[in-house]
Amino acid sequence: MDQLWDGFATALTPTHLLLAAVGVILGTAIGVLPGIGPAMAVALLLPVTYGLEPTGAFIMFAGIYYGGMFGGSTTSILLNTPGESAAVVAAIDGNPMARSGRGAQALAAAAIGHFVGGMVGTTLLVVLAPTVAGLAVGLGAPDFFAIMVLAFAAVTTVLGDSRVRGVASLLIGLTIGLIGLDEMTGQQRLTFGSLELADGIDVVIVAVGLFAVGESLWVAAHLRRNPARPIPVGTPWLGRADLRRAWKPWLRGPLIGFPFGALPAGGAEIPTFLSYATEKRLSKHRDEFGKGAIEGVAGPEATASASAAGTLVSMLTLGLPTTAVAAVMLAAFQQYGIQPGPLLFERESTLVWGLIASLFVGTVLLLVLNLPLAPLWARMLRIPRPYLYAGILFFAMVGAYAVSGQAADLLVLFAIGVIGLVMRRYGLPVLPAILGVILGPAAELQMRRALQLSDGALTGLVNTTFSITVYAVVALLVLWPLVRKARSRT
Amino acid sequence: MVRKLVAAAAGLAAVLLVPPLVGSGGDADVGERVRGLRVLVPNSPGGGYDVTARTAAKAMEDAGLASAVEVFNLPGAGGTVGLGRLVNERGNGKLVMSMGLGVVGSVYTNKSPSSLADTTPIAKLIEEPDIVVVGKDSPYRDIAGLLTAWKADPGGVPVGGGSSPGGPDHLAPMLMAKAAGLAPRSVNYVPFDGGGELLASVLGGKVAFGVSGVGEYRDQIQAGELRVLAVTGPERIAGIDAPTLREAGLDVSFTNWRGIVAPPGISDTDRERLIAAFARLHSSPQWRDALARNGWTDAFQAGPGFGEFLAGENRRVAEVLKELGLA
Repeated sequence: MDQLWDGFATALTPTHLLLAAVGVILGTAIGVLPGIGPAMAVALLLPVTYGLEPTGAFIMFAGIYYGGMFGGSTTSILLNTPGESAAVVAAIDGNPMARSGRGAQALAAAAIGHFVGGMVGTTLLVVLAPTVAGLAVGLGAPDFFAIMVLAFAAVTTVLGDSRVRGVASLLIGLTIGLIGLDEMTGQQRLTFGSLELADGIDVVIVAVGLFAVGESLWVAAHLRRNPARPIPVGTPWLGRADLRRAWKPWLRGPLIGFPFGALPAGGAEIPTFLSYATEKRLSKHRDEFGKGAIEGVAGPEATASASAAGTLVSMLTLGLPTTAVAAVMLAAFQQYGIQPGPLLFERESTLVWGLIASLFVGTVLLLVLNLPLAPLWARMLRIPRPYLYAGILFFAMVGAYAVSGQAADLLVLFAIGVIGLVMRRYGLPVLPAILGVILGPAAELQMRRALQLSDGALTGLVNTTFSITVYAVVALLVLWPLVRKARSRT
Repeated sequence: MVRKLVAAAAGLAAVLLVPPLVGSGGDADVGERVRGLRVLVPNSPGGGYDVTARTAAKAMEDAGLASAVEVFNLPGAGGTVGLGRLVNERGNGKLVMSMGLGVVGSVYTNKSPSSLADTTPIAKLIEEPDIVVVGKDSPYRDIAGLLTAWKADPGGVPVGGGSSPGGPDHLAPMLMAKAAGLAPRSVNYVPFDGGGELLASVLGGKVAFGVSGVGEYRDQIQAGELRVLAVTGPERIAGIDAPTLREAGLDVSFTNWRGIVAPPGISDTDRERLIAAFARLHSSPQWRDALARNGWTDAFQAGPGFGEFLAGENRRVAEVLKELGLA
């Protein structure tokens, strides 16, 4: 505990405070711009920070990471264009909220969610770091695959009114997820000999294509029949009813996000989605989900920030990068001649505790920065629709290009956009497709890795206590409705 | 169609732009400051080739060898998207690409139309040996014990590596297997996304042993969390108590390396100028510092020598991948 107070002394010096502020502002800006993620931002800034001493540099990097998580949801909510893969889920309910004039509330719910997620996550980081780090090493491929199966079981909650359409959409997503070089054997799948497709299609491009481009084309196709009406802007603040609905998701989110961040299997996409599914199951307003339920924004956003804290646990205690940002930060540590790993807390205790304290400071700064901005951002939706959607298309293209700087990605973006339009025409929900793209490749990788480790024996999938426990939960989730139906009949 | 257009445009640009540079330069330019050099990085920011390129660019500028060096990323397909771009920039004497052993294998696994034989070799910069490593709780105490178990049941002794098939961490155990008399196809290789992701599985004993670059693991080795059974390079590594594979009776020597290549068809003057620039980088104190800071082994080899080395590596990689049905 003393070390944490010393850390605050380090973090609150004027220089470090300034660097934290620069970090969070840069991070927010980068999060808002689609396509440029925090990993790329840290990598590009690496040479610039050479002149700084390491503590200052890492305080800034951590600010960028947390700031990116905050900013990512802004375009998700306002423009249906996720800037980061962690913010995809925020678009599902955030964007309908924005379109019904509750944009400011959605943004505020997201900002407070990130604040709570960041605070709880960082506190857990201080208290639980060694325990969670042990968990990250103890779990292996069979356990991760079990978690993916759980996530698939939860997909059923977002399939929509028609099961058939929902499953069709999921299959479209799984097919898109197959594209690229097979990681286990190096064989090409669905690439049609094109090198540009060999790495698969980035989730951000799929999400932006299905959400933003598909939506824009759909609106353009109907604009003549539905005369353009600007979107109303309601009251700027969260009402009491909103707060009553949002406080529980804010607190539940970190509990899902933090452990996931520390695992070398996920990043923020799967936990944000699991949080969404949980909130939908627990909510009294289940029918509002997908049409603008505030819980659907609050929970996943708190989860996203907490998962960033979890990521730092594995990085600082084990030298284990669980996301791209952590991998880049590890490279940065090495540039300063510091080896992150089990000895980091002893050797560089000033740096580590200063960094952790600065996470608290940065989270507060981010809330102060973002909360007043929410009503201002929300006003952007007053722009008449033709111009607004032109702007959305522009941002979508910038984002898709920025992901890897390839013109071919723009063609892919529009091809997926057309799929999105067709899906809307035939009433297919878009969300299961995105989940297919995220979950499909991850689940396949873990399953095949587990089978490879056991040399092909199927028992390799269920040879751990953890995986059996998870499958039991899955069985309960799937069977419970049947049991209830059977009981109500008798 | 699009690619052809881009290629044509690049070719046209090269024809229009390069002659004035060559004409005004001449031999007198060799050894002078290089202006406006662009370094293509064929993987994403923060990756190995990226760190090498950015570190080299910074050292070049600090040492006054070059000004306005621009590093840009064109990731994709294990570096072959960037390679394709480089080969299309025929004659461009202001462009180089940061690359390494991984790209050699990717050319085969991605069935890339352009290969490294199409490029102009400039210099090999650094080397990093792989290590054969297990967690502290592993039953394998030394390399002999591991080899015995591996030969007895290759399927039941899964080996993890930080690269996809065709990459350095995949090639090293395959070469080891061949030397030990195992068919590469019988090796149970489990790929991970980089040495970092592999680390968790080695620490947790999920794989029987791991093969990866030594750089990322130094701290864990020092803390006693990992045990190094052997070093794959020709020499032992200072500070690590483990024999080389040769000492352990396995006739393999394997080192991962990184270097610089330029587009095909550049003028002799441009080639000399680039080689001279990297030779001066190599002897600069800034580069020495960078090597020490990153824990890289200096392995400078310029021009034609590097070209022969590339050809040799290409043969070795092709041979292994053919046996596995990947090339």
